[in-house]
Amino acid sequence: MASAPIPTLTMAYPNRICNQCGCVCDDIVLTVEAGTITHAEHACDKGRAWFLANHSYSAEGPKAWVKGQPFSLTAAIDTAAEILFHARYPLIFGLADLPCEAQRQAVSVADRVGACLDTTLSDEHGAFDAAFQEVGEVTCSLGEVKNRADLVIFWGTDPVTSHPRHGERFSLEAKGLFTPRGRADRFVVVVDVEETATAKQADLFLKIQKDCDFEVLWALRGLVRGVPLRESMQKQTGIEDKVLLEFSNRMKGCRFGILFFGPGLCATRGRQRNAEAALRLVKDLNDFTRFYAKPMSGPGNVSGAENVVCWQTGYPPSVHFGQGFPRYNLAEYSAKEVLSRGEADAAMMVAYDPKTPFSPAACKRLSSLPTILLTSHTENQLPLEIGFRPTVIILTALYGICEAGTVFRMDDTPLPLRPVLSSTRPFALDVLTNLEKRIQELQTQRHVAMKNEQGPR
Amino acid sequence: MALLKISQAIIHDPAQGINGSIGDLWIKDGILCSPPADLAQTPDRVLDARGLVAMAGGVDMHCHIAGPKVNLARKMRPEDKRQALPIRRTPNTRSGTVGSVPNTFATGYLYSGMGYTTALDAAIPPLSARHALQEFQDIPILDKGFLILLGNNHYALRQIAQGEAGRLRDFAAWILNASGAFGIKLVNPGGIENWKNGRRGMTDLDTTVEHFGCTARQIITSLAQTVMDLGLPHAAHIHCNNLGVPGNFDTTLATMQALEGRRAHFTHIQFHSYGGHPDDQSLFCSETVRLADYFNRNKNLTTDVGQVLFGETTSMTGDGPVGYYLSKITGRKWANSDTEMEAGCGIVPITYKEKSFVHALQWAIGLEWYLLVDDPWRIAMSTDHPNGASFLAYPEIIAQLMSKNYRDEILARVHPKVAEKSRLSELDREYSLNEIAIITRSAPARMLGLSNKGHLAPGADGDVVLYQPDHDRRRMFEFPRYVIKSGSVIIDNAEVRQTPAGQLFHVRPDHDHGAIPDIRKWFESFYTIGFDNYPVDESYFAKHCLVRCDGSLLT
Repeated sequence: MASAPIPTLTMAYPNRICNQCGCVCDDIVLTVEAGTITHAEHACDKGRAWFLANHSYSAEGPKAWVKGQPFSLTAAIDTAAEILFHARYPLIFGLADLPCEAQRQAVSVADRVGACLDTTLSDEHGAFDAAFQEVGEVTCSLGEVKNRADLVIFWGTDPVTSHPRHGERFSLEAKGLFTPRGRADRFVVVVDVEETATAKQADLFLKIQKDCDFEVLWALRGLVRGVPLRESMQKQTGIEDKVLLEFSNRMKGCRFGILFFGPGLCATRGRQRNAEAALRLVKDLNDFTRFYAKPMSGPGNVSGAENVVCWQTGYPPSVHFGQGFPRYNLAEYSAKEVLSRGEADAAMMVAYDPKTPFSPAACKRLSSLPTILLTSHTENQLPLEIGFRPTVIILTALYGICEAGTVFRMDDTPLPLRPVLSSTRPFALDVLTNLEKRIQELQTQRHVAMKNEQGPR
Repeated sequence: MALLKISQAIIHDPAQGINGSIGDLWIKDGILCSPPADLAQTPDRVLDARGLVAMAGGVDMHCHIAGPKVNLARKMRPEDKRQALPIRRTPNTRSGTVGSVPNTFATGYLYSGMGYTTALDAAIPPLSARHALQEFQDIPILDKGFLILLGNNHYALRQIAQGEAGRLRDFAAWILNASGAFGIKLVNPGGIENWKNGRRGMTDLDTTVEHFGCTARQIITSLAQTVMDLGLPHAAHIHCNNLGVPGNFDTTLATMQALEGRRAHFTHIQFHSYGGHPDDQSLFCSETVRLADYFNRNKNLTTDVGQVLFGETTSMTGDGPVGYYLSKITGRKWANSDTEMEAGCGIVPITYKEKSFVHALQWAIGLEWYLLVDDPWRIAMSTDHPNGASFLAYPEIIAQLMSKNYRDEILARVHPKVAEKSRLSELDREYSLNEIAIITRSAPARMLGLSNKGHLAPGADGDVVLYQPDHDRRRMFEFPRYVIKSGSVIIDNAEVRQTPAGQLFHVRPDHDHGAIPDIRKWFESFYTIGFDNYPVDESYFAKHCLVRCDGSLLT
């Protein structure tokens, strides 16, 4: 059979998915010419930068290193397996920049070696999860916002910058069944400590003092329930009492309200208590109308990781398998805490993403441990500019562009990834599957050896 | 492949009219078969089943084990799992957590450990079909399928309001194909849409749905007819309006009558059998007798119970407003998730207490249903897991159904008013082992239209459970001696031996492809994911079994 000609044709791939923010836009039309993405129609600037970046990493050159030396993939996986097999307290973290299929496999490895498992080094998700476990959450999918929302609140989040197409697709201009005029059918409020890009588009901008989110939310809870302010809050919050009262009435009077909140709420003073206050306010509002809350999640498949860890262990991330079954403790078992306490005797970071760099404390601890790094975000060369030198480095194919699978949007809507480029690098799913097989072999050998040592009964 | 002989078991196979006679069962390549004609052919393995009771693998036709709602409940309730014994990792099984909402692996091990080999998740929002299918891949051993929520879907409501039966049928067929679902579920038909519009749901069957103009009655009859026209293996699966509301038996009876002879399955009927008035708890009473009387006379209807048992559990439902009311009553945390393609969801922790009049009456009403329905082939055991209780409570329910004395003991313990407000104390019926086999496997399999499940005739799936007979019926059904799935011994003396992947049951009804452009137009105007990104492909199915609309199977 004659070998197929190298495709020089221009190919267009519709309905492709961008994972550069929680919007997970799935209407991108990618044009591929001679193995390179040349157009990303419908993508925002962020998405375009991602798609059009050079993904045609050289087919030549090593795909894996051990202690700085190029290794075959198999040998690198063997070394990684040895590290995790011998560790008494391994830490496995990352996961966000993977399709769910590979995340499932990563949790499987963690279960097998009794690891501490966490997603990212940030603890923003932790603040929300803690609040969620206290209060619950009245929430909805983004299509419900598009079709129904007549009051949209952004609190401590600036989607125009962080989630560029959020407004166009879901929350501002989007035209839905009961919002046929789009922006004209919605009243938009931004609450923040400074005038953000989103605030410039709002119908009402409430500029609040730094670190008083909890107080404002709690006052609103009271006002919604008809409890007047005992004393003026203007000095403390920067908002006129009258404005606060009007705002509370507007919330009660809308048909369908949605409160989007972000790091400005969950990562500042009060943290989980701020998130809790927001969730309680929204819950209370359902005595009067329909009102929903939704945290704005960051880039990558963060929602997928939360869901996968949750269905495989029963708990959201920050899970410890050390006792042979899942235990959960947000503070104690978060990767950030584990590293800052100087714990763990080996670490594997699955899917390193340069957008969320390591803290100095984490780097310090990681420098002193045998470490394994799986990443798709780099050229085929060392050193990596990440702050420590991993013992084993394995380069994997880019998910979404080269690796297929499933991702979850910020509202837990699952979507299918379909690759447009081939890659000479292995898929993360295959690396993790082979890694677990190798660990299983080592465990079986040890088991047999122990049996032989005990001798016949 | 392998030939397995199960030797000299006490067989209970009501589908074949076998009631406790001793015999052999043969399984070849995972399927039950006749004894080999060639007497020289020896089995690869013989299980000595002398003294053991053999039944087909259990079938749970209505539970909540996967998908966004279940996973949200896991995330919200770490405390629920910490109070339960965990499942430890072994070389060939994954670790797990239990409580009322176990993780996926524990779900597979615990169901099969109890002798269940098939379970249907009863309420998957259309938007999350892909999520449910992924979770299914992590639920080992069990054969699975799911029902998709359509009773509040905007496209469906619009077709119903306009009397477009053809378009409704094509839409239903399209979404079953696209999502990998097994059947159609209605939850509070029309009521979720009204709730989302700030109303209190549906007061009766003739309340209209805001913006759409159709009534609950029209939704129920249209979708029941659609399911029949498509020839789906399972009837329309109905969660009636007004769940949990005192006085709701009126709505339930009206729904049964509205069907005018059409096939339908009434799920968790216990929650829909209340007399009294919403504003006066003292009037709360059982109306099972009236409903069961109508049910007994109308053979087009089937039901599962949704039994309540005492203890801590998690209420989770596609009926969003129910979550709101429960959170108001209990004052506990509340998760709600409304989605496009129109479904709702409510999750609230709940503790059923013996000394609560309402809870104890709910328990009694569930038992009344089992005891008042004449034909066990039309009633399936369920707790609406985890709503009435965890699926782990099934052996306890069996014990209660098989002993009037045991029921009386419990009745004496619970709130004293229950004895006077229900008929339970007068009902002397005790289930036989064969009747238990009917309501836990044979009947649900038949209601689902799964011809390869729920019986032990040649051609059925090689799912066999061997129980050690025991006067303590709870112990007997909690710990089967062996569980065999597709011809392999999965559970041996309460130990998991193998964890094969189960199969997925789904349907692929034909439809007019000319109807697709209109669906696409609607989808692209009002939803936020691409029409072409919605359908799941077979990579999500793992091992799957297409159940043909004429009832035959295609593996």
